[in-house]
Formats: sequence, C-alpha cells, structure tokens
Amino acid sequence: MSFLEVNNIDVYYGDVQVIFDLTLHVDEGEVVSIIGGNGAGKSTLLRTISGLISPERGQILFEGVPIHRSPPEVIVGRGIVQVPEGRRLFTLMSVRDNLIVGAYNQRADREKERTLEEVSSLFPRLRERESQLAMTLSGGEQQMVAIGRGLMARPKLLMLDEPSLGLAPLLMKNIFQTVRKIADQGTTVVLVEQDVKNSLSLSDRAYILEHGRTVMEGPAEELLENPHVKVAYLGL
Amino acid sequence: MIYVLEDLINGILMGSIYGLTALGLTLIFGVLKVINFAHGSMLMVGMYAAYWAVALTGVHPYLALVLVIPVMYLFGHAMQDIIIKPIFKAEKQVREPITVIIVTTGVWYILDNLSLLVFGPQYRTLQDNPLRGKMLEFGDIMISVPKLWGFAAAVATALAVYLFLQKTRMGRAIRATSLDREAASLMGINQYRIYNVAFGIGTATAGIAGVALVPFYNVFPSVGVLFDIKGFIIVVLGGLGSIGGALLGGMIVGVIESVGPQVMTATWTEAIVYALFLLVLFVKPSGLFGVKYDW
Repeated sequence: MSFLEVNNIDVYYGDVQVIFDLTLHVDEGEVVSIIGGNGAGKSTLLRTISGLISPERGQILFEGVPIHRSPPEVIVGRGIVQVPEGRRLFTLMSVRDNLIVGAYNQRADREKERTLEEVSSLFPRLRERESQLAMTLSGGEQQMVAIGRGLMARPKLLMLDEPSLGLAPLLMKNIFQTVRKIADQGTTVVLVEQDVKNSLSLSDRAYILEHGRTVMEGPAEELLENPHVKVAYLGL
Repeated sequence: MIYVLEDLINGILMGSIYGLTALGLTLIFGVLKVINFAHGSMLMVGMYAAYWAVALTGVHPYLALVLVIPVMYLFGHAMQDIIIKPIFKAEKQVREPITVIIVTTGVWYILDNLSLLVFGPQYRTLQDNPLRGKMLEFGDIMISVPKLWGFAAAVATALAVYLFLQKTRMGRAIRATSLDREAASLMGINQYRIYNVAFGIGTATAGIAGVALVPFYNVFPSVGVLFDIKGFIIVVLGGLGSIGGALLGGMIVGVIESVGPQVMTATWTEAIVYALFLLVLFVKPSGLFGVKYDW
C-alpha cells in the first residue's frame, strides 16, 4: 500500500471528461513530478486529490483511507495540502494573517507558533514583510507566502501547482531549491510543473500526462534521458 | 441656525442606527457575495422579538438584548444552513448564484406575511417605557436619548464586528473566505460553516438594531421594507462589504433626511438621497470605503 494511491479515476467538468482512467501512486518521502502541457489535466488532478472536484469513477486512498468523497477541509485535516496555481493569496490580508490562516485546521492550529518560526526561518524575507498586505509583495515574495501558507497547515503531502510560473529565472531556481529543502526535511512532495528540466532534476519519480492520461512514468533521471521527453518537453 | 445643528446631531444619531441595520447586509454580502433580500424582514423579526420580550416581561427595553442577540444569531445561522446552503452546493461553479436573491425574496414575503398573520397589521409601540420621548437638553438643543443609545450601540457593534474579523481565528477565516473561497477551502476552511457564522452575525446585528429602534419606533409587519431600501443605498454608498462604510453611509443618509427639510420640502430629501446614490455610482462605483477590485 502506498502513501497516496489514485486508482483509475475519471474526472469531468460538467459533461467534458478531463481525466481518463488515471492511476498513480506516491510513496512516503518521495518527490514526484507531474509533467504535461497545457490542458493535460495536471491541475484537475490536484484539484481532484484536494477534494474540490470528485472523480466520477475510481478511487483515491491516502494512508489507506478513501478520500475521494471527502470535502476539502477533511482532506487538509488528513495532511494533504495544495499550494494552488497562481498563488491565490488572500490579497487584502497581511502576510502574517495569510500564514496564520494556513494553520486553520485543528492539527496545525495547536502548533501554529512553532510552524510560523519554521516558515520564517525558511523564508527570512517574509519576517520583514509580515505586516504588509499580500497584494503589495513582488511575485517571488508572493510565491514564498503561498508555499509558507501551505506549510503552515503542517502537510504530510504537499502538492505544488506550478510554483515557478511567472517568476524570473533566478527566483525560479530559488523556489526549486526551497522545494528540495522541504522534501529533505521529510515532507512528501507532488510537484506539477511546466519547467520539465528543473522539476525532473529534483524529483525521484515522475508521471507524464497527455490529454488526461498518463503516457509515461518512471524514475526522474530515466525520463530526463527518454527520447520522447527530450523532444516533446525539453526541446532538445 | 441652532435648529440646523440640532437636526445635524439627530441626523447623525438616527443615521448611525440606519447604518446598524445595514451592517449585517454588508457583512453577508462581503462574505457570501449574494444580496440578502430578507434582511429587512430579519430586522422586523428582531423588532418583534424585542417588543414582545419587553411587553410581556416589563423589563428595561435594552435588557431584551440578552434574548434577541442569541435568538437572532441562531435564526440567521439556521436560515443559511437550511435554505441558502443547498443553492451554493448545487451551483458550485457560480460565484454569485442569482437564485439566492429569489430565495431570500421568498423568505422576505413569507416572514412579512407570517408576522401579519400572527401579530396583525396594527402598529405597536412600547407604551410607557422609560426611554420614550426622553430628551437631553443642551441649551436650546434637544437630543433624543434612545437615539443617543442607538448611536452608541451602532458604534460598539461595528467596532466589535471589526475586531472579531481582524483578531480571531474565525474572523480571519471569514475574511479569507470572502477574498477567495476556493483558496480558503484549500486551507481547510469549511466555507459553508463560514457562511453560517457570517449569516448568524449579520442577523444578530439586525437584532441589535431592532432593540435600539423599539423604544421610539413603531413595530409592524412591513417595517423592514423601509430599512431595506435605505440599507441598499447605505451599503452602496459606504462600499459593499465595508463595516465602517455602512456606518458612515448610514450617517450621510440620516443627515440628509433630517437637515434637508430645513431648506426644502421633506419629500425632496428622498430625491437628494437617491441623487447622491447615483452620483457615487458614477464617480466611485466601489463606494466611499469599498475596495476597487474583487467583490
């Protein structure tokens, strides 16, 4: 039994099927990348795991417990936390309040002071900015708040949806290093990315999604060498 | 001149009570992004609750708060949970389900007609209560005591709601949900629970307004409609979702209504209020204190 198991799910938006019979698993302590172009179903997959959408068929197990019919707050309570695409900060709230809201679930609320310390040491910049409104931050700082807010929920499994989107190359590198650091501290990570090279180089395994189906999976370093991946995603 | 000052003061006092009636409307809109057309009816329910609590027991009118606040909170909480929540669940992809307007309009008609059925059409006033007609005199200026208390209640309630939203765990969760309900869900916040609480608080503030009004205002089944229309104007003037804006918007309307008749026919004051409402919509559509984006 794996940490997270997604078994044969079909997901629809209204009448449109977006994910087809998708199966994947994530083991504890792994960093798993999910790679694919626009419209491949990556974000939909994360939204389904988070409980924002329910799969029409198939099941999702976390630590052996079915979660595909649970609402988002129950799934967060179990320890699956998503940092959504585009950051989605609470723009008119202070940086500090954004982080504290991250610790809303019961389990995290008890330890929020300690977690806040940890997040501040991971992102010292945020300490300086704590009373500023989130909307006044730069893109890179906003992404730090988004990841920090996710960490405040004390995730067992952290899912990041395109954390490097719209960032300058140097900041991108910074974010990828942070993700590696988070994983090294023992959090399991699922990383959805369009920056294939960077995300594969920090991952243990990866899945490649095309048109809502997994077309390839395997250890990250093998996929980096795979001819199809090289042509379609690395532009080599 | 002295009359203008007196009218100004009484206008501010009465206006703050208008603001208090609109506070719940703006809070509920800010969080749920839907307009509660039953808000005036909830004020009416609060006024009847205050009226009967005092009329039957003979206690001081303001002691009714002890009963009215929890009863109205539970009433609002239950109304959202039973009647409005199913719409949100059915229209998950819609940010501002328009159906809620129709449903709350239904609730408004049902509540107003139920009270007509149960209490009859007569205007009720709290006879011989200690506040009735009581005035404070400062030289030539007369100030109504129950309106002064209403002003205090409005300011205290607005401040309490503001601090609750800023400083508590639930308050932060309410603000987060109002800014981005899906992101809030991803932080483990149950949005429907937040809606219940916001609706409960909004209804409880209407109850407080009811208690403030009952010592000097008539209670009758359609009393809410008067405040409903003012409430919408106030909320737009002050900025949708803004607590301080509701209070200030209320005061502006109150002052126009009370000072206006000094210089023009009283019926014209209403036209002035609507003209100002349109002007604000033209010049600053987000209202005096509204935030430019989102909502």
